[in-house]
Amino acid sequence: MLRKVNGIEVNIDPIPIRDISFPSPFPAGLEFSSPARGTWNIAHQGMLIPQAHEIFVCAASCLRGVVLTAYEMRAEKRFSTVAVEESNLIEGNMEDLIIDGVSHIIDELPQKPPCVLVYTSCVHHFCGCDLDMVYRELRSRFPMIDFTDCYMNPIMRKSGRTPDQIMRSRFYSLLKPKDILPGSVAFIGNDFSTAKDSTLYKALASAGIKIYELTECNTYEEYQEMARAEYYIVDYPSAKVGGEDLSERLSGKLLYLPFTFTYKEIRENVRKLSEALPIVLPDFDAEEEKCEEALASAKELIKDTPVAIDYTSFTRPLGLARLLLDHGFNVCRVYADAFIGEEKEDYEYLCEKHPDLEIWPTLSPQMRFAADHQRSDYLCIGQKAAHFNGAPHFVDIVENGGLYGYQAVTKLCELMEDAFINEKDIRERISKKAWGCESCI
Amino acid sequence: MNQTSRILSTYSADAFGVASSLFELGGMVIIHDASGCNSTYTTHDEPRWYDMDSMLFVSAISEMEAIMGDDEKLISDIVTEARKFHPRFIAIAGTPIPAMTGFDGPSVAMQIENLTGIPSFGFNTTGMKTYVSGAAMALRDLAARFVRKDITPKRDHYINVLGATPLDFSTNGQIESIVKLLTGNGWKVNCTYAMNTTFEAVENMGCADVNLVISSTGRDTAKFLKDTFGTPYLEAVPYGKEFSRKVLSSLEKLYNGEGTDIFETKEAPSDGCFLIGEEIAALSLSEALLLETGRSFRILCPTNDGPLLRSTDRYTPYEDDIVDALSGAETVICDPTYRNILTEKARVIDWPHEACSGRIYRKYIPNLIGDISDISEKL
Repeated sequence: MLRKVNGIEVNIDPIPIRDISFPSPFPAGLEFSSPARGTWNIAHQGMLIPQAHEIFVCAASCLRGVVLTAYEMRAEKRFSTVAVEESNLIEGNMEDLIIDGVSHIIDELPQKPPCVLVYTSCVHHFCGCDLDMVYRELRSRFPMIDFTDCYMNPIMRKSGRTPDQIMRSRFYSLLKPKDILPGSVAFIGNDFSTAKDSTLYKALASAGIKIYELTECNTYEEYQEMARAEYYIVDYPSAKVGGEDLSERLSGKLLYLPFTFTYKEIRENVRKLSEALPIVLPDFDAEEEKCEEALASAKELIKDTPVAIDYTSFTRPLGLARLLLDHGFNVCRVYADAFIGEEKEDYEYLCEKHPDLEIWPTLSPQMRFAADHQRSDYLCIGQKAAHFNGAPHFVDIVENGGLYGYQAVTKLCELMEDAFINEKDIRERISKKAWGCESCI
Repeated sequence: MNQTSRILSTYSADAFGVASSLFELGGMVIIHDASGCNSTYTTHDEPRWYDMDSMLFVSAISEMEAIMGDDEKLISDIVTEARKFHPRFIAIAGTPIPAMTGFDGPSVAMQIENLTGIPSFGFNTTGMKTYVSGAAMALRDLAARFVRKDITPKRDHYINVLGATPLDFSTNGQIESIVKLLTGNGWKVNCTYAMNTTFEAVENMGCADVNLVISSTGRDTAKFLKDTFGTPYLEAVPYGKEFSRKVLSSLEKLYNGEGTDIFETKEAPSDGCFLIGEEIAALSLSEALLLETGRSFRILCPTNDGPLLRSTDRYTPYEDDIVDALSGAETVICDPTYRNILTEKARVIDWPHEACSGRIYRKYIPNLIGDISDISEKL
């Protein structure tokens, strides 16, 4: 497509899937930030730990985003900051700044929290700050408070574990060993509660299995009870390392059952669960039949309306595109800057069967001018797709939205039908940070 | 303890001041940062992000690029995009990691300019100062580079308004009201630097007979224009009816070559009335309230240690200082986030400041130009 930039027409084009390199289709370079804000950040996520107090130690430019995150989610009373200044870099007193700053804040709090999440940043990594000593000292000063090391260091995003992977692990680092409750499970690493009617939850609940989940905890004691789980279920890919860390540290066992839209993989995941726990296997054929009916019904309504999907909606955007294309939907565009390795099979399938499927970046500078300010007829799945296409008909969901298994398919069909019929205010919806979280905006 | 905030917000940072001040001028601004600055600025500090296709990007610097001092990657990435989008200028703003690694913004800008032929700027912001310092240096350097030196003041009541960014004035019509007030009183507004203006108006800023500086972000530009063209300037925001008259009268005096001292009150009584805000805006509102209500206020200025602050005012960037200063406060005019540290005894009048609370109270920011009743009626 052509867009005018400073009076000059600029080509803004996608790449057909057949021509992309997997898993990173686009070259790294300058980055643009779309106004879609529905995904959660590390300040939102830390607040999931009941009664936790967050203290960020960073420069003002880094603090600005998280402090206002806390305000917007009305959690400012659980959030404090220590500002790094130039003198701290010059004088090399970063350890003192953290210890004294965190101590001072705790002393000033009207009520002592049971745990404090201390977030350090890129500068601490670069100046060789002795964080081990810092936490030793803090634990010695405040023996009644649990501390954990958290990080806001996006500069490390290409160095081993990503910041998202690290943080989805750190939020469980406060769990202390407890006696295991045999046959119990904990969902690990999700920002949303697993839907009660999801395939996994239903199977577990109907077998009377005790289920722990961070999002359902109301007190720090309840959070600590999660340590009793015998199995840690992880379905969110970037939480897998968190599950691995936890199973290494405590005595629970990891069950990695990744979110998927593929019937075969759903069956495999549920079977894997049944090998560990005494669940009753669902009638797979009947469940799949229900999915087929839901897909047919949605297709009947939506017909050949062009569909666009973005990576913030579901962790398997290519898997979703495959499912919908195989059921006759007119999926034209997928927005993603990178794919997870688990999508390789779907990528190869789509290259062969739907080679013209358009793959669009979201971070590339050209996307600054890609947004269609005219209303479009696209049915979009995800906030970024809705923004770029100017599509008021969109499914507003992020990070799988707590869906799982066959229920994810049927629920998505419902949401697509609803989105097709009812318009949403794009700007109002996508400007709120952290989909599903409280917001004063 | 300095540098800690139990609950108060963090003011917008210097790199965001660069971005905000240059947003409407057709350039390409790159915040040299790994990732977070992009969404922070565009979510909380930039009300124009959704509606204006300004080019604001981050460099997405990685650990290895920082360790190896790989400026070539940054230069190459910027040159690639500049050749696509033909910006009027390129500006790079530093953040903490470039500051730590000794990133030389001006030299990198020079290389980019050599490669593209596009005027380029490298601002050595650190992400550790407030937006005032970043916006001030960006506005001054841009003016120094682009304002035509071959023109002179017109001697026909031409005026520039300097220091306009949404961080201080949001997008709720305050700049338009200032222009209306000035034009309604015989002034010809050349440029509102840098909101609602054109690049040509920026180039022609030398034509003005007087400059009105409405925030401390515009002070250095005013000094540059005074040094270059001899243009006198007045630092004030025309809040309220009476103070607006005073501002207009002072501008006229400056136009006629007379001196003026708009802030006559050299000290404010210590009677427990405080006003928290940016230096020029806070002093202007204080003066406007004194004229219309007889109430005077001491200023607590968290953004910059400005020369206009009186002996009874204080530059207070730290929460503990502010808590101490406000311990016996009776009336406080401030951003609503300060309510968190005030006692129930204090009467609080909200004066939301985008540079403090971002978009949270944006719809409640009053337009006090020529009319301060939104505040004065609550006193």
